Order: sequence, then structure tokens, then C-alpha cells
Amino acid sequence: MEVKNAVAGTLESGDIMIQIGPGEGLQVELQSSVAAQFGRQIKSVITETLEGLGISDAYVKATDKGALDCTIRARVTAAAVRATGKDVWK
Amino acid sequence: MRNTKVVSLEEAIRRSGLKDGMTISFHHHFRGGDKVVNLVVAKLAEMGFKDLKLAASSLSDVHAPLIEHIKAGVITGISTSGLRGELANEISHGLMAEPVVFRSHGGRGSAIANGELHIDVAFLGASSCDELGNASGCPRSENAKSICGSLGYALPDAKYADHVVVLTDDLVAYPNYPKSISSCDVESVVVVDSVGDSSKISSGAIRDSKNPRDILLAQQAAQVIINSGYFKDGFSIQTGTGGASLAAVKYIKESMIEKGIKASFALGGITAHMVKLHEEGLIGKLIDVQSFDKVAAESIASDQTHQEVSAVEYASADNPGSAVHALDIVILSALEVDVDFNVNVLVGSDGIIRGAVGGHPDTAEDSALSIIVCPLLRGRIPCVVPKVTTLITPGAGVDVVVTEYGIAVNPRRPEIAERLKEAGLKVVDIHDLAAKATSVIGVPDPLPFGDKVVGIVMDRHGKVLDKIYNIQ
Repeated sequence: MEVKNAVAGTLESGDIMIQIGPGEGLQVELQSSVAAQFGRQIKSVITETLEGLGISDAYVKATDKGALDCTIRARVTAAAVRATGKDVWK
Repeated sequence: MRNTKVVSLEEAIRRSGLKDGMTISFHHHFRGGDKVVNLVVAKLAEMGFKDLKLAASSLSDVHAPLIEHIKAGVITGISTSGLRGELANEISHGLMAEPVVFRSHGGRGSAIANGELHIDVAFLGASSCDELGNASGCPRSENAKSICGSLGYALPDAKYADHVVVLTDDLVAYPNYPKSISSCDVESVVVVDSVGDSSKISSGAIRDSKNPRDILLAQQAAQVIINSGYFKDGFSIQTGTGGASLAAVKYIKESMIEKGIKASFALGGITAHMVKLHEEGLIGKLIDVQSFDKVAAESIASDQTHQEVSAVEYASADNPGSAVHALDIVILSALEVDVDFNVNVLVGSDGIIRGAVGGHPDTAEDSALSIIVCPLLRGRIPCVVPKVTTLITPGAGVDVVVTEYGIAVNPRRPEIAERLKEAGLKVVDIHDLAAKATSVIGVPDPLPFGDKVVGIVMDRHGKVLDKIYNIQ
């Protein structure tokens, strides 16, 4: 699936900004205010969400401000839909 | 011979006999607007002093310049109630060889009074002072540049330090009465451009919240107070910092009027909310160790029933005369509460120091009813946890924890749990709150602490309560 550059989310507290673009394999670069305690979990939620959408090649830059998993899934999904043009909500 | 006390800062330091290795002290009544600590330590550095121990009643973001003085060896020891900002961050990462000693406000007062914390030279900022050294936190002339109200945390320093220097930005004619610090305790008076920016007193921890969750928490806390069994005519109350605990006062007011209940006194850090209730006749007296905003500072300047007290009179554990012993209800905030009701208000969930012990353990232990108000989660950070990162207030003194997911009552106080249940409040087991938090956020990985001790937490009786390790 072709992945273009796309963004979803904000830098507000409790949110996460997902910037997605072309890449080989799934690469996730994470900056998080809670990285020490939750970095591992956040990365795995991002990867699992992308895999669930059938995306196996993408570079993701995630800037997290303490988002919960449900928010992370929503932002990753929105960014993926914008990047691929494939509407998963229909 | 007259006017011999009024000298330059350099001359005051020279006269004090200060030597390398000695202890200097400061108060924090200007909070985020303080200018005295940075000014004095810069002068001490310029004069070539080394290895000084800094005993502050508290430190905040504004004291980041201390980092350079620590690196240069001018300051080699710190004791304080709190640390915030870049200084706290650097210290958490291991800046100092000697750990910072944290004490509660009552604990610091006791330690100074019993000699455990000996102060060689105190440098105390005041908004007005006369040439003999009678000093006050209230403005007394049209040239006044600052106002901080109560000087409660500076009073033990003034009384017990070997040598006292008052710094003021308004030198007024003798007698500067009513005074907080007596001329008989003061050796030198130094006139400076500014001792502090009063507009920044209500910064840092003190917030008046419009956050709907804080308002919900405040309303729940008010319901706990009203139905606790302690809400009777003549009750006494204290609120800590933090949006929800400050706002709770607003919501008990209606009930006070409706039931004809008046409070005998409000204690501690006094805010505009408390002053308003006092002026409306709902609170008899204000006992003020620290004026938390300009309204409180102006009130203490003009109102005989708004009384300044020292840190010892406020919250000393060894002194049975201290005000906390007469306190009924205290509402406090928390960074973390654990399933044993222990509270942390000092070290963040990232392992970095970002708060202050304050009067938390003093008031929790000695009040009849202590209520902790905190959300279950702040972003992804849990506030109800299996075990606190750092122990500040032991659970034995904590009675009720109010969250937006329910109210937990310490099993030591079954009668309070019964009263709250009867009133229809949602009383839950604190283990269920911790489990709820985990169900939303997952289990956090352990923090990467190192093995260097960067902080020692003393309890209010002078014993080591916990240690803080460096974060990597």
C-alpha cells in the first residue's frame, strides 16, 4: 500500500501527534513525556494499529503528550487513512 | 550612635562573620517572584565563599541560577521543603554530591528550634523595615515596592539564627510597627532595589481552576466535608495548594449559610477565598503562616483578626501548642496516593523532583480529618498507584481520598466511611481505584533510577522517612 506524508493529532496535553510517511518496514520514532514508563506500550499500540490496517511499510514520528491507548489508536488510524487514501470507516 | 545597622550587602556579609562551610537561610514568601536568594548567593560567589549550606524554607523555578553556584562549589548543601524547575531537574539527575534534605514546614520549624538545623546567617527579605531592623511583609509607605503579607516561615530563622540580615526594598522611619521580625533579632539592614515580585506569589502550585474535572473533585470534597461528622458550628479548616482543594471551599460556603454553621478559624496558607469567607463573617479568624495571594497579604496588613504565625506555631510536631493540633479538617492535593493511603507530593512519576513537602505531613497527621483530592489519572500518569514513588505523608495520617471515580476511606476510619455511604456518596475500595487506573493505562515500566541518593526526606519528627535516587 502506498503511503504518502500525512499528519493527525495535536500537541495538546493528553493527545499524540502522528506524522506518517513512506518507509521500509515499520519504523516508529517516539518522543513522549511518559517515555520511561509507557514508551514500550505506546510503540506497540502504534505498530499493532498500522498492521491491523494492512500497512507494513511506513515511517512514523510520534510526539506524545500522555495520550491514552484509545487516543493513540484513533490518531494513528486517522493519519493512516490520510496517508493511504483508503477509508477504513466505510 | 545611630543608623549603624543600615549597610551594603557586602558589608552586612562581612559583619556577619560568615565563613566557608557555614549555613545560610532564606524564606520563600515571594514564591516564584523571589529575588533575595539569587541576589545574595551571587554576591557570596563574587566575594569568594565556598562550601556554603543553603537552608531555604522552599525553592522554586526562579532559583535556576543556583545550578551554576553549585557547579562552582559555592553551594554544596541544600535543605528545603520543595524544588521545582531546572534546578530540581538537575538535582534529580545527580548534580550535587550531598543529597538535598527535604523537611515539611513544621519539621523545618522544629529542626531550627531544637538545633538540629543550625543557621549561621539568615538573609530575610521584607517589604518594609526600619533602620533598627523591625521588619514586615506589609508595605508601610507610598514608596513601597512589594507586599508578601505573613513572614511566618522566616520567623524561626529570625529567632534562632546566629546572625540576621534583613533585606528590604522600602526603608521606613522607626518604628515600623506592627512588626513581624523584631529589631532585637536583627544585626544588619540592607536596602535593595527589589526583594520580590509580588505579582508572582500566586504562581507555581497555586491555581484557581476552571477545569471541569477539578470542579467535580472540589464538589465531591465539599460533600465529604459536609457529611463527615466534623462539619459543625465552630469547626476549623485548612486547604492546601492545588486547584481542587482551593475550590472545595467555595462549595462548602452554601451549606454553611444554609445550616447556620460558622468556622472558628482557617489555617495555613491563606488565599483570597478564605479572606472573602472571613469578611462575610463565615470564618472567625485567619491564622496565616503564608499569604498565598495579594488579597491575603493586604488583609493581614489591615485586619487584627487575620493573624500571622511562625512555622513553629503553625505546624511543629514537638510543640503541643502548634495550631495544627487544633485543626479539624484539611483538604490536600497529591501527585500520587497508594493503596496504603501513603502520599507523594514531591517526586513526579518520571522520577524528577517537581513539588514541595509543604505542610502536607504536618496537617495530615495532626488534623481530625484529612482529605486528599486528586484525579485518578493525569494524562497517562496514574495518581492512585500500588506504591508511591517517594513517601512524604504516611498513610496513618490520611483519612479520605477523593477521585472522580469514587471516594476511598482509610479502613482506620470506618465511622467516616459509614457517614459518607449514608449520605449517598460513592465510597469505593482504594485497591479498586488503583486497578481502575491500571485498566485504562496498562502497567507502567519501572523508572530508571540510579544508585546515587539525591534527596533525603525527613519526617516531621526528625527521622529519615525515605530516600530519593538519581534518575537516569
